[in-house]
Amino acid sequence: MSKLTLKTEGDTHIVAKRRFAAPPQAVYRAHTDASLIQQWMLGPDGWTMPVCVCEPKPGGRIRYEWSNGKGGGFYLTGEFIELTPHSRIVHVERMHLPDPTPDNHVETTFEPDGAGTLMTMRMTLPDAETRAAMLSSGMEQGMEASYVRLENMI
Amino acid sequence: MHTLDNSFAALADPTRRAILARLALGETTVMELAKPFDMTQPAISRHLKVLEGAGLIIRRVEGTKRPCRLAPAGIAEIDQWLAMLRDAMSKNYDRLDALLATMKPENDQQL
Repeated sequence: MSKLTLKTEGDTHIVAKRRFAAPPQAVYRAHTDASLIQQWMLGPDGWTMPVCVCEPKPGGRIRYEWSNGKGGGFYLTGEFIELTPHSRIVHVERMHLPDPTPDNHVETTFEPDGAGTLMTMRMTLPDAETRAAMLSSGMEQGMEASYVRLENMI
Repeated sequence: MHTLDNSFAALADPTRRAILARLALGETTVMELAKPFDMTQPAISRHLKVLEGAGLIIRRVEGTKRPCRLAPAGIAEIDQWLAMLRDAMSKNYDRLDALLATMKPENDQQL
Protein backbone atom coordinates (compact mmCIF):
# COMPACT_ATOMS: atom_id res chain seq x y z
CA MET A 1 0.00 0.00 0.00
CA SER A 2 1.39 3.38 -0.98
CA LYS A 3 0.95 5.80 1.89
CA LEU A 4 2.07 8.89 0.00
CA THR A 5 -0.27 10.71 -2.35
CA LEU A 6 1.15 13.23 -4.79
CA LYS A 7 -1.05 15.40 -6.97
CA THR A 8 -0.77 18.45 -9.14
CA GLU A 9 -3.34 21.15 -8.42
CA GLY A 10 -4.18 24.03 -10.78
CA ASP A 11 -1.27 25.29 -12.85
CA THR A 12 1.38 25.86 -10.19
CA HIS A 13 0.76 23.62 -7.17
CA ILE A 14 1.93 20.18 -6.13
CA VAL A 15 0.27 18.67 -3.07
CA ALA A 16 1.74 15.73 -1.13
CA LYS A 17 -0.06 13.99 1.74
CA ARG A 18 1.31 11.36 4.10
CA ARG A 19 0.18 9.81 7.38
CA PHE A 20 2.60 8.99 10.21
CA ALA A 21 2.12 6.78 13.25
CA ALA A 22 3.52 9.43 15.60
CA PRO A 23 2.01 12.57 17.10
CA PRO A 24 2.37 15.97 15.35
CA GLN A 25 5.00 17.06 17.92
CA ALA A 26 7.39 14.32 16.80
CA VAL A 27 6.76 14.77 13.05
CA TYR A 28 7.21 18.54 13.37
CA ARG A 29 10.47 18.04 15.27
CA ALA A 30 11.75 15.65 12.59
CA HIS A 31 11.21 18.49 10.08
CA THR A 32 12.91 21.22 12.12
CA ASP A 33 15.81 19.55 13.97
CA ALA A 34 18.95 19.33 11.83
CA SER A 35 20.30 16.16 13.45
CA LEU A 36 16.97 14.41 12.76
CA ILE A 37 16.58 15.75 9.20
CA GLN A 38 20.01 14.31 8.36
CA GLN A 39 18.72 10.84 9.22
CA TRP A 40 15.79 10.67 6.80
CA MET A 41 15.68 13.41 4.13
CA LEU A 42 18.17 11.58 1.95
CA GLY A 43 16.31 10.83 -1.29
CA PRO A 44 17.49 7.77 -3.19
CA ASP A 45 19.49 4.98 -1.51
CA GLY A 46 23.18 5.72 -1.27
CA TRP A 47 22.91 9.47 -0.63
CA THR A 48 23.78 11.28 2.60
CA MET A 49 23.35 14.83 3.90
CA PRO A 50 26.76 15.90 5.25
CA VAL A 51 25.64 19.52 5.84
CA CYS A 52 22.31 20.49 7.38
CA VAL A 53 21.57 24.02 8.55
CA CYS A 54 18.05 24.49 9.87
CA GLU A 55 17.08 27.56 11.91
CA PRO A 56 13.35 27.13 12.65
CA LYS A 57 12.34 30.75 13.28
CA PRO A 58 10.94 33.43 10.94
CA GLY A 59 13.79 34.49 8.62
CA GLY A 60 15.86 31.48 9.76
CA ARG A 61 18.18 29.87 7.21
CA ILE A 62 17.85 26.46 5.56
CA ARG A 63 20.75 24.77 3.82
CA TYR A 64 20.78 21.06 2.96
CA GLU A 65 23.75 19.55 1.11
CA TRP A 66 23.49 16.06 -0.38
CA SER A 67 26.30 13.80 -1.52
CA ASN A 68 26.35 10.43 -3.25
CA GLY A 69 29.78 9.66 -1.79
CA LYS A 70 31.30 9.52 -5.28
CA GLY A 71 31.89 13.22 -5.83
CA GLY A 72 28.33 13.91 -6.92
CA GLY A 73 26.08 16.28 -5.04
CA PHE A 74 23.82 19.29 -4.96
CA TYR A 75 22.35 21.57 -2.34
CA LEU A 76 19.20 23.41 -1.38
CA THR A 77 18.88 26.79 0.35
CA GLY A 78 15.83 28.47 1.79
CA GLU A 79 14.35 30.63 4.51
CA PHE A 80 11.63 30.02 7.06
CA ILE A 81 8.74 32.49 6.83
CA GLU A 82 6.31 31.39 9.52
CA LEU A 83 6.23 28.58 12.07
CA THR A 84 3.44 27.44 14.36
CA PRO A 85 5.07 24.81 16.60
CA HIS A 86 3.82 21.26 15.96
CA SER A 87 1.21 22.28 13.34
CA ARG A 88 2.49 24.46 10.48
CA ILE A 89 5.70 25.45 8.67
CA VAL A 90 5.88 27.97 5.81
CA HIS A 91 9.18 28.32 3.99
CA VAL A 92 10.71 29.01 0.59
CA GLU A 93 13.40 26.85 -0.98
CA ARG A 94 15.41 26.53 -4.15
CA MET A 95 17.71 23.84 -5.48
CA HIS A 96 21.23 24.67 -6.68
CA LEU A 97 22.15 22.39 -9.55
CA PRO A 98 24.40 24.47 -9.36
CA ASP A 99 22.28 27.30 -10.84
CA PRO A 100 19.40 28.13 -8.49
CA THR A 101 15.93 26.99 -9.53
CA PRO A 102 13.01 29.45 -9.09
CA ASP A 103 11.69 29.68 -5.53
CA ASN A 104 9.38 26.93 -4.36
CA HIS A 105 6.97 28.27 -1.71
CA VAL A 106 6.05 25.44 0.65
CA GLU A 107 3.36 25.23 3.32
CA THR A 108 3.52 22.08 5.47
CA THR A 109 0.80 21.29 7.99
CA PHE A 110 0.71 18.54 10.64
CA GLU A 111 -2.76 17.59 11.85
CA PRO A 112 -3.60 15.06 14.57
CA ASP A 113 -5.02 11.92 12.92
CA GLY A 114 -6.09 9.43 15.56
CA ALA A 115 -2.88 8.61 17.46
CA GLY A 116 -0.85 9.76 14.46
CA THR A 117 -0.40 12.69 12.12
CA LEU A 118 -1.62 13.70 8.69
CA MET A 119 1.02 15.79 6.94
CA THR A 120 0.01 17.94 3.97
CA MET A 121 2.73 19.64 1.96
CA ARG A 122 1.52 22.21 -0.54
CA MET A 123 4.19 23.48 -2.93
CA THR A 124 3.59 26.60 -5.03
CA LEU A 125 5.84 27.28 -8.01
CA PRO A 126 6.02 30.68 -9.77
CA ASP A 127 4.48 29.35 -13.00
CA ALA A 128 3.44 26.22 -14.85
CA GLU A 129 6.76 25.95 -16.71
CA THR A 130 8.72 25.92 -13.44
CA ARG A 131 6.47 23.21 -12.07
CA ALA A 132 6.99 21.15 -15.20
CA ALA A 133 10.76 21.59 -14.87
CA MET A 134 10.66 20.60 -11.21
CA LEU A 135 8.62 17.52 -11.97
CA SER A 136 11.15 16.59 -14.65
CA SER A 137 14.07 16.95 -12.23
CA GLY A 138 12.16 14.77 -9.76
CA MET A 139 12.06 12.17 -12.46
CA GLU A 140 15.83 12.38 -12.86
CA GLN A 141 16.23 11.81 -9.11
CA GLY A 142 14.04 8.74 -9.37
CA MET A 143 16.15 7.54 -12.25
CA GLU A 144 19.32 8.21 -10.25
CA ALA A 145 17.96 5.90 -7.56
CA SER A 146 17.55 3.20 -10.17
CA TYR A 147 21.09 3.73 -11.44
CA VAL A 148 22.50 3.56 -7.92
CA ARG A 149 20.63 0.29 -7.34
CA LEU A 150 21.91 -0.96 -10.67
CA GLU A 151 25.50 -0.11 -9.71
CA ASN A 152 25.08 -2.10 -6.53
CA MET A 153 23.94 -5.12 -8.51
CA ILE A 154 26.79 -5.25 -11.04
CA MET B 1 11.49 9.62 -22.28
CA HIS B 2 12.65 12.19 -24.85
CA THR B 3 9.08 13.45 -25.20
CA LEU B 4 8.54 14.01 -21.49
CA ASP B 5 9.47 17.71 -21.63
CA ASN B 6 6.95 18.09 -24.47
CA SER B 7 4.38 16.23 -22.42
CA PHE B 8 4.66 18.57 -19.47
CA ALA B 9 4.73 21.65 -21.70
CA ALA B 10 1.57 20.35 -23.37
CA LEU B 11 -0.03 19.81 -19.95
CA ALA B 12 0.92 23.31 -18.75
CA ASP B 13 -2.10 24.75 -20.61
CA PRO B 14 -5.51 24.51 -18.89
CA THR B 15 -7.41 24.18 -22.21
CA ARG B 16 -5.23 21.25 -23.23
CA ARG B 17 -5.77 19.57 -19.88
CA ALA B 18 -9.52 20.05 -20.35
CA ILE B 19 -9.27 18.52 -23.84
CA LEU B 20 -7.47 15.49 -22.40
CA ALA B 21 -10.14 15.18 -19.71
CA ARG B 22 -12.81 15.19 -22.41
CA LEU B 23 -10.89 12.62 -24.47
CA ALA B 24 -10.65 10.37 -21.44
CA LEU B 25 -14.38 9.79 -22.03
CA GLY B 26 -13.68 8.50 -25.53
CA GLU B 27 -12.76 9.37 -29.11
CA THR B 28 -14.29 12.54 -30.51
CA THR B 29 -14.06 15.02 -33.40
CA VAL B 30 -12.64 18.55 -33.41
CA MET B 31 -16.13 19.95 -33.91
CA GLU B 32 -17.47 18.16 -30.84
CA LEU B 33 -14.38 19.15 -28.84
CA ALA B 34 -14.76 22.84 -29.71
CA LYS B 35 -18.35 23.04 -28.39
CA PRO B 36 -17.81 23.11 -24.60
CA PHE B 37 -14.63 25.22 -24.85
CA ASP B 38 -16.20 28.28 -26.51
CA MET B 39 -13.27 28.33 -28.96
CA THR B 40 -13.03 28.28 -32.73
CA GLN B 41 -12.14 25.01 -34.44
CA PRO B 42 -8.77 26.38 -35.66
CA ALA B 43 -7.90 27.34 -32.08
CA ILE B 44 -8.78 23.84 -30.86
CA SER B 45 -6.83 22.36 -33.78
CA ARG B 46 -3.72 24.25 -32.66
CA HIS B 47 -4.03 22.77 -29.16
CA LEU B 48 -4.57 19.32 -30.65
CA LYS B 49 -1.40 19.73 -32.70
CA VAL B 50 0.60 20.40 -29.52
CA LEU B 51 -0.96 17.37 -27.79
CA GLU B 52 -0.27 15.22 -30.83
CA GLY B 53 3.36 16.44 -30.98
CA ALA B 54 3.78 15.49 -27.32
CA GLY B 55 2.51 11.99 -28.05
CA LEU B 56 -0.50 12.43 -25.76
CA ILE B 57 -3.18 11.97 -28.41
CA ILE B 58 -3.59 10.06 -31.68
CA ARG B 59 -5.60 11.34 -34.64
CA ARG B 60 -6.89 9.29 -37.53
CA VAL B 61 -8.49 10.21 -40.84
CA GLU B 62 -12.12 9.31 -41.40
CA GLY B 63 -13.40 10.99 -44.57
CA THR B 64 -13.16 14.73 -43.94
CA LYS B 65 -13.07 14.26 -40.18
CA ARG B 66 -10.01 13.65 -38.02
CA PRO B 67 -11.27 12.08 -34.80
CA CYS B 68 -8.79 12.07 -31.92
CA ARG B 69 -8.32 9.93 -28.85
CA LEU B 70 -5.87 9.59 -25.96
CA ALA B 71 -2.55 7.90 -26.76
CA PRO B 72 -2.11 5.20 -24.09
CA ALA B 73 1.71 5.22 -24.40
CA GLY B 74 2.05 8.98 -23.83
CA ILE B 75 -0.28 8.96 -20.83
CA ALA B 76 1.48 5.93 -19.39
CA GLU B 77 4.84 7.73 -19.62
CA ILE B 78 3.56 10.56 -17.41
CA ASP B 79 2.04 8.07 -14.96
CA GLN B 80 5.36 6.27 -14.84
CA TRP B 81 7.18 9.48 -14.01
CA LEU B 82 4.75 10.32 -11.20
CA ALA B 83 5.33 6.82 -9.84
CA MET B 84 9.10 7.42 -9.82
CA LEU B 85 8.81 10.72 -7.94
CA ARG B 86 6.45 9.03 -5.49
CA ASP B 87 9.03 6.28 -5.00
CA ALA B 88 11.83 8.78 -4.23
CA MET B 89 9.68 10.68 -1.72
CA SER B 90 8.29 7.47 -0.23
CA LYS B 91 11.83 6.35 0.60
CA ASN B 92 12.32 9.51 2.66
CA TYR B 93 9.09 9.02 4.54
CA ASP B 94 9.71 5.33 5.17
CA ARG B 95 12.99 6.37 6.80
CA LEU B 96 11.10 8.99 8.79
CA ASP B 97 8.65 6.31 10.01
CA ALA B 98 11.59 4.33 11.42
CA LEU B 99 13.06 7.47 12.99
CA LEU B 100 9.74 8.47 14.57
CA ALA B 101 9.45 5.02 16.14
CA THR B 102 12.75 5.59 17.96
CA MET B 103 11.77 9.16 18.95
CA LYS B 104 8.60 8.23 20.84
CA PRO B 105 10.08 7.75 24.36
CA GLU B 106 12.01 11.02 24.19
CA ASN B 107 8.93 12.81 22.95
CA ASP B 108 6.85 11.52 25.84
CA GLN B 109 9.39 12.91 28.30
CA GLN B 110 9.05 16.33 26.71
CA LEU B 111 5.26 16.40 27.03
